[in-house]
Amino acid sequence: MSEGGGWLQRLKRGLGRSSAKLGEGITGIFNRRRLDDETLDELEELLIQADMGMAIADEVTGRLRKTRFGQEVSPEEVRGALAEVIVELIEPIAKPLKIDRALKPHVILVVGVNGSGKTTTIGKLAKQYRDAGLAVHLAAGDTFRAAAVEQLKIWADRTGCPITTRPTGADAAGLALDALSDAKATGADVLLIDTAGRLQNRTDLMAELQKVVRVLKKGDPKAPHSVLLVLDATVGQNAHAQAEIFRELVGVTGIVMTKLDGTARGGVLVSLAERYGIPVHAIGVGETAEDLRPFEATSFARSLVGLED
Amino acid sequence: MGLHASPRVSRTGLFVLSGWGDGLFDSLTTRLGDVFDRLRKRGALSEADVTAALREVRVALLEADVALPVVKDFVNAVRDKAIGQDVVRSVSPGQMVIKIVHDHLIEVLGSEQVELSLASVPPVPILMVGLQGSGKTTTSAKIALRFKNRDKKKVLMASLDVHRPAAQEQLAILGRQTGVDTLPIVAGEKPLQIAERAMKVGRLEGYDVVMLDTAGRLHIDEALMMEVAAVRDLVKPHETLLVADAMTGQDAVTVGKAFNERIGLTGIVLTRIDGDARGGAALSMRAITGKPIKLLGVGEKLDAIETFHPDRIAGRILGMGDVVSLVEKAAETIDQEEAAKLAAKMEKGNFDLDDLAAQLRQLRKMGGMSGMLGMLPGIGKIKKQISEANIDDKVIKRQEAIISSMTKEERKNPKVLNGSRRRRIAQGSGTSVQDVNKLLKQHQDMATMMKKVQKLGKKGFMRQGLAGLMPGGGGNPFGR
Repeated sequence: MSEGGGWLQRLKRGLGRSSAKLGEGITGIFNRRRLDDETLDELEELLIQADMGMAIADEVTGRLRKTRFGQEVSPEEVRGALAEVIVELIEPIAKPLKIDRALKPHVILVVGVNGSGKTTTIGKLAKQYRDAGLAVHLAAGDTFRAAAVEQLKIWADRTGCPITTRPTGADAAGLALDALSDAKATGADVLLIDTAGRLQNRTDLMAELQKVVRVLKKGDPKAPHSVLLVLDATVGQNAHAQAEIFRELVGVTGIVMTKLDGTARGGVLVSLAERYGIPVHAIGVGETAEDLRPFEATSFARSLVGLED
Repeated sequence: MGLHASPRVSRTGLFVLSGWGDGLFDSLTTRLGDVFDRLRKRGALSEADVTAALREVRVALLEADVALPVVKDFVNAVRDKAIGQDVVRSVSPGQMVIKIVHDHLIEVLGSEQVELSLASVPPVPILMVGLQGSGKTTTSAKIALRFKNRDKKKVLMASLDVHRPAAQEQLAILGRQTGVDTLPIVAGEKPLQIAERAMKVGRLEGYDVVMLDTAGRLHIDEALMMEVAAVRDLVKPHETLLVADAMTGQDAVTVGKAFNERIGLTGIVLTRIDGDARGGAALSMRAITGKPIKLLGVGEKLDAIETFHPDRIAGRILGMGDVVSLVEKAAETIDQEEAAKLAAKMEKGNFDLDDLAAQLRQLRKMGGMSGMLGMLPGIGKIKKQISEANIDDKVIKRQEAIISSMTKEERKNPKVLNGSRRRRIAQGSGTSVQDVNKLLKQHQDMATMMKKVQKLGKKGFMRQGLAGLMPGGGGNPFGR
């Protein structure tokens, strides 16, 4: 998985796995057929299997029904039309995370459920920002999970970023505030704050996270400037509940979707875009830091329906 | 579900989101309620009714993240079961379908609990596999603690995860927290070497169980799948558990299938069941691998692991925690109605052939013996015996015909039925004298049983349902 190639190749390779199956399916449906009810049903099913959700799949196929019903359509046309609809939906939310160097530091709080990939994402972001010449400071804010602090420390070593830590079990909000003053003192451009994974229905843990946000404001009334929600592409429709509740309680400003290098296709991003309009900054398509890529509407949509760029 | 309320017109105005918004997390009960609201008539579920209901079932399952191929199989199986089923009094067609869906769901999820097995030569190797972030390390520690406390086993844990930074330290810390030994970390060792050393230490130091936690890997990552297959070949695990997130979406089938085919699973552990995901992955993985779900991770604490209960997951997937009580209530009502009727007959002190005919008609209306018995609680045991006794609607119909061929007087007072009357009745109903005799014998048996019931008291009968009526468990009043 770590063979070389430019980032475009990596992206294609990662997303290619996701799209191959969908693409094959569409070809299979349309090779010898006209666009009838049965075909549309099967098309809808393919979208559902990409975790797009019933409603969006239904609407997308409903659109095709309106414009193309009864016509002889080639697989390419259908894919194209499908990609167009998807691009239209996700274009507005494809926004890279812009670091404001005037903030010194730009405080980024990283949140999400357990196992979504927060710590790894922070490691990758730290590497990319460092490579771009920014001064990055890390905060090992997951003071709950065993060895989470050690895990981020290793990333700090690898990337050469200073890190603020406290022992496991310490108060995460206090640590975040310490890290903010550390970052200010060293003149860091970016402060990346890790948090413990928590299920969004755990009100006690969500309150703890709200406390982190509240306490950070003591150091900088505008902090955190960005709150990144890390979503696992493998997760199905529960991504809606995650986006909704994290946004409501801690003001999520952007999404990073991880693990798109598997066979999960992350179609839920399309319905998330439609529903909440939270910007999607990046997607993870592999293990290395370079595999965390900007989210691009067209390539994501085209890959999703099995079209080459 | 106030949290999920949202506008029905999409944000960009591109779509009107029908069936979205408030409806997204609607329970199946509500959905089916809507379908059947128009349906006033009672009687057998028609194909059209069933199809309409199953459309809603399909949506409910997909929204619960059950994978599409699994949904299709499921819906087809339920369709076969449901069409022609009689809708019993006191239960709406919707409830009837829900019961059928719910029962089938439990059947597919695995109605019996399968515990982890330690029945092998110690040290018993247990291999934990799964995607990144599914919760393998935490689950390993939870299972180890369970073995230690519940089964009084001496457990050794070893982390084979040389990929994720600090993964081995994580397991070591969890070992200290749970008081479970962990294999000392040797820097630079490969997973296969760690596994070999773990088994060796396990043997030499008299451990009962060796838990091998592996690195998270993608099922399509050829190199890493080969690595874990090599570990499997070396240690020959007694249990190979796939640790999977209960929030997993459609990909659950792909993941489950790949791990099962490549590594060979003995069971599944679903984590984060304490979240609010509907848990369709449970059904997907169970159906696609055929392997039992053995344990559920239910919280962050290290003792938060539970045995799998299919009924709870079933209710959750269908979006109704109350389904079990709902179904039970329906069944109870039926039970009581029937019991009350029988009780009334008994009070008359005379269970005649008219009553028997009425009972037979009732039976047939309720979908035959097995159909009715299926609705009654506590009937599972005798249900099997009855189906073995081979009662079907034909028998019931024939018996009805025999009674119809009797005069009013004969029905009221079977004692007058002499040989010639019996011959006439046999001819009139197109049966044989033996059939008539058999029916009369059955009536006699039933009347005897009624007396027993009387002794049992009305209350006792209600409690036992029809089971209280069955003599000695084996026989049945309608047998041939």
